[in-house]
Amino acid sequence: MAIECKNISYIYGNGSPQEIRALNHVTLTIPDGQFIGLIGHTGSGKSTLIQHLNGLLKATEGDILYNGESIYAETFSMKSLRSKVGLVFQYPEHQLFETDVFTDVCFGPKNLGLDDEPIRRRAREALDLVGLDASYDDVSPFELSGGQKRRVAIAGVLAMKPEVLILDEPTAGLDPRGRDEILDQVAKLHREQGMTVVLVSHSMEDVARYVDRIIVMNHGNAALDGASKEVFRHYRELEEIGLAAPQVTYIIHALKEQGFPIADDITTIKEAREAILRAMGDKT
Amino acid sequence: MIRDITIGQYYQTDSLLHRLDPRTKLVGTLVFIVSLFIAGNWLCYALAAVWLAGMIRLSRVPLSFIVRGLKAVMILLLISVGFNLFLTNGETVLVRFWIFRITLEGLRQAFFMALRLIFLIMGSSLMTLTTTPNQLTDGLETGLGFLKKIRVPIHEIAMMMSIALRFIPILIEETDKIMKAQMARGADFETGNLIERAKALVPILVPLFISAFRRATDLAMAMEARCYHGGEARTRMKPLVYETRDRMTYLAFAAYLAAMIALNRIF
Ligand SMILES: Nc1ncnc2c1ncn2[C@@H]1O[C@H](COP(=O)(O)OP(=O)(O)OP(=O)(O)O)[C@@H](O)[C@H]1O
Ligand SMILES: [Mg+2]
Repeated sequence: MAIECKNISYIYGNGSPQEIRALNHVTLTIPDGQFIGLIGHTGSGKSTLIQHLNGLLKATEGDILYNGESIYAETFSMKSLRSKVGLVFQYPEHQLFETDVFTDVCFGPKNLGLDDEPIRRRAREALDLVGLDASYDDVSPFELSGGQKRRVAIAGVLAMKPEVLILDEPTAGLDPRGRDEILDQVAKLHREQGMTVVLVSHSMEDVARYVDRIIVMNHGNAALDGASKEVFRHYRELEEIGLAAPQVTYIIHALKEQGFPIADDITTIKEAREAILRAMGDKT
Repeated sequence: MIRDITIGQYYQTDSLLHRLDPRTKLVGTLVFIVSLFIAGNWLCYALAAVWLAGMIRLSRVPLSFIVRGLKAVMILLLISVGFNLFLTNGETVLVRFWIFRITLEGLRQAFFMALRLIFLIMGSSLMTLTTTPNQLTDGLETGLGFLKKIRVPIHEIAMMMSIALRFIPILIEETDKIMKAQMARGADFETGNLIERAKALVPILVPLFISAFRRATDLAMAMEARCYHGGEARTRMKPLVYETRDRMTYLAFAAYLAAMIALNRIF
């Protein structure tokens, strides 16, 4: 069970005078159960890449395999792919359309052709997962706050019970608390249900805190790909392409340069705190 | 997918035609169209063809882009050629079958008609290919400014036009995004009967309208915040001024029109 991108390229406006090569021979594999962070500066092709993973965009070149089967084969069912690979777009709240929250969340499972009972059960579960209790069910989605709308939209995708969940900057424009709540929920889904998660983010702190593996996009290429500690060790290269490592990484590296005995693969504040305390303990 | 629709189909490059004042191009196109209706013999059409070819060369737009505009009106072209071919009365009958007959006059007229339509479409495509929609509305606003005297709200009309033009690509992009988001939730727009398909549009139209209204109020607010209060006493950041090249173009077109009238009279 994996998604494999084989040498895919995508050109917007192919054949027109304003061609834009948004993806440039990208090859990568997304195995089951990983929590992957996809980072890259604006316009590096992150959103373009993830839209290939559920077949919304068709690669200009290259092939994508889902569980070993080409998704571009005649016999491949896009519908089943879209139910297995759930994609939450940037600013997903703009896609809400129903008169109340509950019905909107039912839209996805209904499209899967399920019966009424399981549809309602899934919608309820999904809303619980994003922390919206039954009191919100009959509220019009347009009366909710931005963060609440975002949750409804995420629930709309979760209700389809995807095996792979892809989130395109789910926390853009949210306050720190709303951001933590949503990411904690996603991390919980990953932990407890073994869901594969791809998180597109601009926040290195968020990425460092949650993900196992990082893919760095740069001008349509997958520039770096590896365990998150490994990738943040290359913080100079990250800076060259307009990104950065989490702020603690810089402190740690500065400390190490001053001769402080500390490991240089620390990326979260919690780890840093423990490591610094340990090192100080050694000294005294 | 939906993004492939182009409106106003501007072809970006740098050429004399691109740099001309939009008013010059509007008048030039008008003169060219008028000249096509004056044209009544072979020499006139030859002159128009040479003139058009020259303009196309000057514009640096690939011929394929200009010809592309013809595809859309192919049917219209065929119908009008057909009518002229079969329904023109004349002396010299060339072919006769059943109730139809093709006369020499009919053939001639059909051929001229086809040429006239093709030139007309190529000429006006050339204008839209070399002028951005915004320049075009600017040109119309300034060019038709005299209508303000008779209380035609030219500024408001031009503003509405340019806002509408500006919003078309935005709304297309938005539609594309919403469609994809609903497809990611399993929506299906391609199969089903008519009623099912109409119903499938609701998840697109509702968010689209909401976003259009949101954008409209945002824009109104932003315009008001910058003290927009209609066209009265409003100056432009880039006022349209005629340059030497525009004057030359006017002269060239006047000469062209005169030549056309002369050719039509003499022969
Ligand atoms: N629909 C489109 N039509 C034409 N070009 C596009 C379209 N969408 C994206 N692009 C271009 O493709 C490139 C990659 O865009 P993409 O949206 O994938 O970037 P991104 O990494 O998601 O950026 P961001 O962090 O801003 O969301 C950009 O140069 C962009 O201008
Ligand atoms: Mg993006």
